[in-house]
Amino acid sequence: MLDIKKIKSEFILKLKENLNLNQVNQIKTDLFGKNGLISSQFKQLGKVAEEERKKFASDLNLAKEELQNLITKNIDSIEINEINQKLEKEKIDVTLPERPFVQGKIHPVSQVIDEISSIFSEIGFSVEEGPDIENEYNNFTALNTPDNHPARDMHDTFYLDEKKELLLRTHTSPVQIRTMLNDKPPFKIIAPGRTYRSDSDPTHTPMFHQVEGLHIDKNINMGHLKGCLNYFIKEFFEVDKIKMRFRPSHFPFTEPSAEVDIGYEIKDGKIIIGGGDKWLEVLGCGMVHPNVLKNVKVNPDEFQGYAFGIGIDRLAMLKYGINDLRAFFDCDYRWLNHFGFDPIDVPTNYRGLSR
Amino acid sequence: MKITINWLKEHLDTNLNENQIIDKLTDVGLEVEGVESQSGELDNFLIAKILKAEKHPDADKLRVCDIDIGKDDPVKVVCGAQNAKEGLFTIYAPPGAVVPKNQIKLAVSKIRGVTSYGMLCSESELNLSNESDGIIELLPEKYNKKIGKNYFPKKSLNIIDISVTPNRADCLGVRGIARDLAAAGAGTLKNKKEKKLDKKNKQTVSVKIENEKNQACTSFGSCLITGVKNTESPEWLKEKIISLGQKPISAIVDITNYVMFDLNRPLHAYDVDKIDKGIIVRNSKKNETFEALDNKEYKLDNEMCVISDASGVLGLGGIIGGTRTGTELDTKNVLIESAYFSPRSIRKSSKKLNIDTDAKFRFERGIDPLSIEQGLERAANLIQEICGGIVSEFDIQKIEDVKKKSLKFNPSLFEKITGFNISKKEMIIILNNLGFETKEDKELLNITVPSWRPDIFQEVDLVEELVRIKGYDQIKMIEPEKVRNKPTLNLKQKLFHFLQRSIASKGYLEAITWSFTDSKINKLFIEDNKEVKIVNPISSDLDVLRSSIFSNLIIHFNNNLGRGFKDLLVFEIGPTFSGLQPGEQQTVAGGLRSGKLARQSWLEKERLVDVFDVKSDVIKSLVEAGYNKDKLYIDDETPSYYHPGKSGRIFLNKGKEKVVAFFGDIHPAILKKLHIKVEALVGFEMFLDNLKQPKKSLKDQKTQYKYSDFQKSERDFAFVLDRNFKVQELIEIISNVDKELVRSVKVFDVYEGTNIPEGKKSIALNVTIQSLEKTLIEDDLNKINQLIISAVESKTGAKIRS
Repeated sequence: MLDIKKIKSEFILKLKENLNLNQVNQIKTDLFGKNGLISSQFKQLGKVAEEERKKFASDLNLAKEELQNLITKNIDSIEINEINQKLEKEKIDVTLPERPFVQGKIHPVSQVIDEISSIFSEIGFSVEEGPDIENEYNNFTALNTPDNHPARDMHDTFYLDEKKELLLRTHTSPVQIRTMLNDKPPFKIIAPGRTYRSDSDPTHTPMFHQVEGLHIDKNINMGHLKGCLNYFIKEFFEVDKIKMRFRPSHFPFTEPSAEVDIGYEIKDGKIIIGGGDKWLEVLGCGMVHPNVLKNVKVNPDEFQGYAFGIGIDRLAMLKYGINDLRAFFDCDYRWLNHFGFDPIDVPTNYRGLSR
Repeated sequence: MKITINWLKEHLDTNLNENQIIDKLTDVGLEVEGVESQSGELDNFLIAKILKAEKHPDADKLRVCDIDIGKDDPVKVVCGAQNAKEGLFTIYAPPGAVVPKNQIKLAVSKIRGVTSYGMLCSESELNLSNESDGIIELLPEKYNKKIGKNYFPKKSLNIIDISVTPNRADCLGVRGIARDLAAAGAGTLKNKKEKKLDKKNKQTVSVKIENEKNQACTSFGSCLITGVKNTESPEWLKEKIISLGQKPISAIVDITNYVMFDLNRPLHAYDVDKIDKGIIVRNSKKNETFEALDNKEYKLDNEMCVISDASGVLGLGGIIGGTRTGTELDTKNVLIESAYFSPRSIRKSSKKLNIDTDAKFRFERGIDPLSIEQGLERAANLIQEICGGIVSEFDIQKIEDVKKKSLKFNPSLFEKITGFNISKKEMIIILNNLGFETKEDKELLNITVPSWRPDIFQEVDLVEELVRIKGYDQIKMIEPEKVRNKPTLNLKQKLFHFLQRSIASKGYLEAITWSFTDSKINKLFIEDNKEVKIVNPISSDLDVLRSSIFSNLIIHFNNNLGRGFKDLLVFEIGPTFSGLQPGEQQTVAGGLRSGKLARQSWLEKERLVDVFDVKSDVIKSLVEAGYNKDKLYIDDETPSYYHPGKSGRIFLNKGKEKVVAFFGDIHPAILKKLHIKVEALVGFEMFLDNLKQPKKSLKDQKTQYKYSDFQKSERDFAFVLDRNFKVQELIEIISNVDKELVRSVKVFDVYEGTNIPEGKKSIALNVTIQSLEKTLIEDDLNKINQLIISAVESKTGAKIRS
């Protein structure tokens, strides 16, 4: 019978040496293998005198426990060491570029259309559309602009037939006509879309975008018109206060008609909307002319309301500081990338229109 | 319409200053477009005399002139005008002056070695006329005492440019503007009394209006003034004409122009001695010609209203006069015409002949038909005053009487439309100030519309008059209600927005290009569609509406390649056109991508984009939009602009109802034709109108949540089958073996070549099998394996590879 204490201290010493996994496992076998030093001691237990047996057993168990712990600890530390060494070898330069990705963009006009729709959605407008090709009746005549009307000169029209009966719509107003002919009042719609005029210079493009608004019900008056547009402009430019001016004007399809200017100032070369002493024309509007209502079989004695038309491209330019209208349609990759919006950036009223 | 405050004050008694007047103009709907200062810029131009004009030593066409500008020493100017000669009176612009025409600031400069101090001006350079041939020649007798003085009368005069809307014909004259301002409280309209004319003679020139169908002239007033001495206009008149941006011509012409701008009453002056017998107002006959005052010869159509005499056409009534009977400085006897022409006819004729004149602009908007005599009166008075002569009685020919419009107005309409109220009393005052006659009739007002307001037809027009004069700032703002009774977008619109953002999220940049395009390029993409031509395109390369979303996109794409980009992704969503009727259009989302993936990446192997990249873009977008990927059906019939072997079309299901998308390589022949140099170019088109709404809404799909926790097994198969056999069918056959158990089929290898017979291919698939009810045991799996193999072999003639 060996001295347990001796075994213990001897092996504790051994285990303190710098061992590899095999050596530790060898020690483990030496101690706890079938014929290991400790295992064999347990076999001797019966031979120990009864009065000493208890203490012997206790010493033996203590030694076993201590050595086992030490071995486990040793193995753990060796393993950790090995992993660490392996990881150290695997170390790479994470400042290297990531896998390439591409980021798509939404055109500013599309983004602004979504912003506009979101704002008008809040106050109960729904979105309507109409075809790009219109007949002369919907584009002019039904809108109280007969063919001898000088107001037609303000619309340089693209025609598709020699008789001038088919044309590219010069404004989104024919959507008013289509909507009212197809349905019964009340009407509360906006109609964004492409519009066309045979006009091309630095500030005009032969195609541009407008959004039409129409609200017809009983007792809708110019106060509602003013309130609606004030709300829209304030929300759109995301400012608390807006300076706005209604000016009498003339459109054949509204009476009374108005043009709306908003106040602005130039600060550090940038347009600031909201205050200032300069005026910028942003839209045309008015009370829908009774002749128009009659043309679409709506009784003007019972129903009345307002309509407005806003240039979308211009709004986009103002809000996002875009200087050149022509660039909108040039499809320059650099421009689209710079002025475009991330597709995830859907304008909503709870999260805000823009970031 | 241009006015000056001084001119305005001839009609308006006001205490307001210029800025207040400008604000007031805007407030009543006469938008001030700009205020240009006429002073300053023109102060520098001096009356000068050429003392000496010698040939330039080094240039045949140039002259070196000594110019007297009233200083002790003459200045030297090099001048290229042929008429620059000794003794000529002209206009000199010193260094520092800005030339009105081109806004160039003059400086001392050396011209071929000779220093030139300033320049001598032509009429065109001073914006006095289009005459650019030679420098201005002034009359010596008039200017010889004025050498060194300013040519342009010195005045701190601002020209106010008002944008008059087409309904306000009456505001195309200064008096009309003054009337509006007076009504809006800016002052009082002056009551101008005309000096009583001493009409000594009868008007002896015969005037006849042919009373024929569509006669546009309903009334023709005339006055004969004999024994006049036509001359240059006096200063005050010249100043007015110049302030309008026009060039003074002679007193008679200037007077007719002045009356037109003052009273909005166009007139025309004839040299009576050149009229053959009398004047006949009639409709033109086809191909009649005449030479107009713009020195152009016009060939007329039928039924244009002409003023003629026994020898032919003298002028186009209300549009432009002719050269044959024009007044000149030696004209002795004049006939002044003051007539009314119908706006419709004026518009029609002038459009057809493409003539735009101040008179035409006014007549087509509607001239006051009752201003005929007023115009004659004013013009005759001025002519007599300036040119002398004896005035005749007025001759008024008419084929129709003028009746003033009258209407009943219910004052309560005002509040109904504007949302605020003004008293009936105030309404009457405003209307009266604007020239309306009012008579109270119980609750209503009986209104007589002034003859100068052709734009007033109905009650609401009066509401507009009242509210614009009262001020739009009086309208109370009513906050909008935040109530929604109808969804903002319908399902189709939602799909549009969804696909737009879905495609962009695959890395594509959204472009917006014209709806029209170049027919030559469009032809490449037109297929069976009809070409939709624009009758009046803005340029010859934008002459048709696009039949395909690619027609413009591919050109812009190529421009970007030209900018040095290689790996591009661009898309557009918008209309394409198949006919010229409204509605013959489709909404299409089309994309193009080029170049490589992982170009020059340290990480990954770069490769060219290919058909399966765009296929993935399209299918992922469809899946995101809510369509079932497993139902999509694909075949390979595509339009001719795609690579015939590397393109496909997609249907929502095997029924192949409508094509929802094309995808593939763009045909190399297209690239060649359009000179597109690119490593790889693939594209897709999605047809939104063909995308039926998914049968089940997302909301309904969510409720059917089924899943299995039982063990799943995977089995690999390899089949050898005909090269042309579509893998899509193979997958379908396998899936159909047991729709419950076959959970997915993956293709992990496609192989042709060694060990595979000619005309065959090997397809390796991985099939996942899982039950919703139990863990499958080996027997079950073997059974289904056998079923798969036998189904494939019997239906496709394939052989399982062992």
